[in-house]
Amino acid sequence: MSDAERLTRDDVAHVARLALLQLSDAELDEFTGQLAAVLDHAADVDALDLAEVAPTAHPYPLANVWRDDVVGPVLDRDEVLAEAPQAESGRFRVPAILGEEP
Amino acid sequence: MSGSTRHVAAPPAGSAREIAEAVRRGERSAREVLDAHLTRIAEVDADLHAFNLVIADEARAEADALDRAVAAGVTPGPLAGVPVALKDNICTRGVATTCSSRILEGWHPPYDATVVERLRAAGAIVVGKTNLDEFAMGSSTENSAFGPTHNPHDVTRVPGGSSGGSAAAVAAGLAPVALGSDTGGSIRQPAALCGVVGVKPTYGRVSRYGLVAFASSLDQIGPFATTVADAAAVLDVIGGHDPLDSTSIPEAAPSLSAALDEGVAGLRVGVVAELMGEGVAPVVADRVRAAADSLAAAGAEVGEASVPAAVYGLTAYYLIAPAEASSNLARYDGVRYGLRVDAPTTAEMMTATRTAGFGAEVKRRIMLGTYALSAGYYDAYYGKALKVRTLIIRDFAAAYERFDLLLSPTSPTTAFTFGAKSDPMAMYMNDVCTIPSNLSGDPAVSVPFGFDEAGLPVGVQVLAPALGEAVMLRAAAVLEAAAPVREERS
Repeated sequence: MSDAERLTRDDVAHVARLALLQLSDAELDEFTGQLAAVLDHAADVDALDLAEVAPTAHPYPLANVWRDDVVGPVLDRDEVLAEAPQAESGRFRVPAILGEEP
Repeated sequence: MSGSTRHVAAPPAGSAREIAEAVRRGERSAREVLDAHLTRIAEVDADLHAFNLVIADEARAEADALDRAVAAGVTPGPLAGVPVALKDNICTRGVATTCSSRILEGWHPPYDATVVERLRAAGAIVVGKTNLDEFAMGSSTENSAFGPTHNPHDVTRVPGGSSGGSAAAVAAGLAPVALGSDTGGSIRQPAALCGVVGVKPTYGRVSRYGLVAFASSLDQIGPFATTVADAAAVLDVIGGHDPLDSTSIPEAAPSLSAALDEGVAGLRVGVVAELMGEGVAPVVADRVRAAADSLAAAGAEVGEASVPAAVYGLTAYYLIAPAEASSNLARYDGVRYGLRVDAPTTAEMMTATRTAGFGAEVKRRIMLGTYALSAGYYDAYYGKALKVRTLIIRDFAAAYERFDLLLSPTSPTTAFTFGAKSDPMAMYMNDVCTIPSNLSGDPAVSVPFGFDEAGLPVGVQVLAPALGEAVMLRAAAVLEAAAPVREERS
């Protein structure tokens, strides 16, 4: 699109970091070209006058959906934790969060 | 059969409606019907790879239980004994659900999707989970981490996607009906390429609870079948309000099966001019015109419709869907389920897990979406795409003031060969005719309507305004009755 500059390799590297993905140099080159091609195609809508058009995020108007505040069926904790890569004492276990030794 | 390039077959025990009727009357056992399908799967699925997983033992146990209930005098549900295949992004309790991704390999969901509960309650027998493009991102199944599915009409060609496994399963007679999900055409395009019926219902008609999310404002579950009547029967079972999906439409859904044979006399049908132009293969455009002629011959008033903003659907979709996907797929971080690649810190573990677990197309879409949503680019990309979505909805609404239904190609071409669309942009172009309905939330169906010069099936798409499935399927039934039958080549 005209008001955005063409996607660079550095942009792709930055976006990959945001998305928690690590890309090789070859992948960075490949993805930069491919994503830039998609964004170039997206310039076709520059021909449209969208100034007065409201955005649509969802096909139909959505209102808050409420239910009565009563306990219903819930997932079994042990069954859920059994699917986790690591669990301990009824909780999900992860490696160190702040860099210290676990 | 093995070694042949063609594995198209009618379902071995008849249509879903025929099976259910026979089982309900006690004329056939669910077990006998199931075994005929399991035999067919054993014969040809090594060539097709429609299934990621066949759950023969569980299915036999369910069929036997149904047969015992019938013998005991219980009247079973409307899909009694009907084998059904599920796209492998629909959660099945205790049965692996992979989305054809390494990142979910080995995961056993702790719950069933609402559609699975409803199918089982209606007497259907789940036979297995079908292959897809990883996380439903693709139009050929070539993005599956477990290898592609092959088109039963010609195994050197793709079945379409992302629900290619479900489409191929139905086309090859491995299951009379199957479920898929459609975010930008992922039911309709493979249905067209495999020569079966595929329906994307109105957004909110079918519960998304238990459908692994790709793009939440676009995703919708729907059926594949060999007949329009079977598709309607499955929709009748899986549709309707579900309190577990807050976007589920609360109004009751009237039966679609009841009105199927009412014809199209007096209906106004518009051929969408913008979806008949550049990029559409001449043979496909010819088949759409022939379909329009058939509807006219059946009493419809046929004209040319215009949905000008439809041509911008591709741009809007390939910003909105990746944006939603980048958010939805943030949950795959190695903490709660699926793959974990060990690393000293949690941040490194998450990056290592996602890097190893996602395939190239999923990474592309996550990055595209992250970029479109990022500071400085949000208005230029995502914000603009949302405005284009408004224009598409407006243009459809204007077209539906003049017409009851719209008609277009489903896919611009027939089935292509593996590797033919390795450039992502070329692959995305497959979805140009199907995407507008996802953006508008409206229903659409692909119906087989003849073949190209090579004998590959062509699908035509019937589009309807929101909750217009009943009229839409009436037109589909008329086209089904008028469709040319393939000449068998020896």
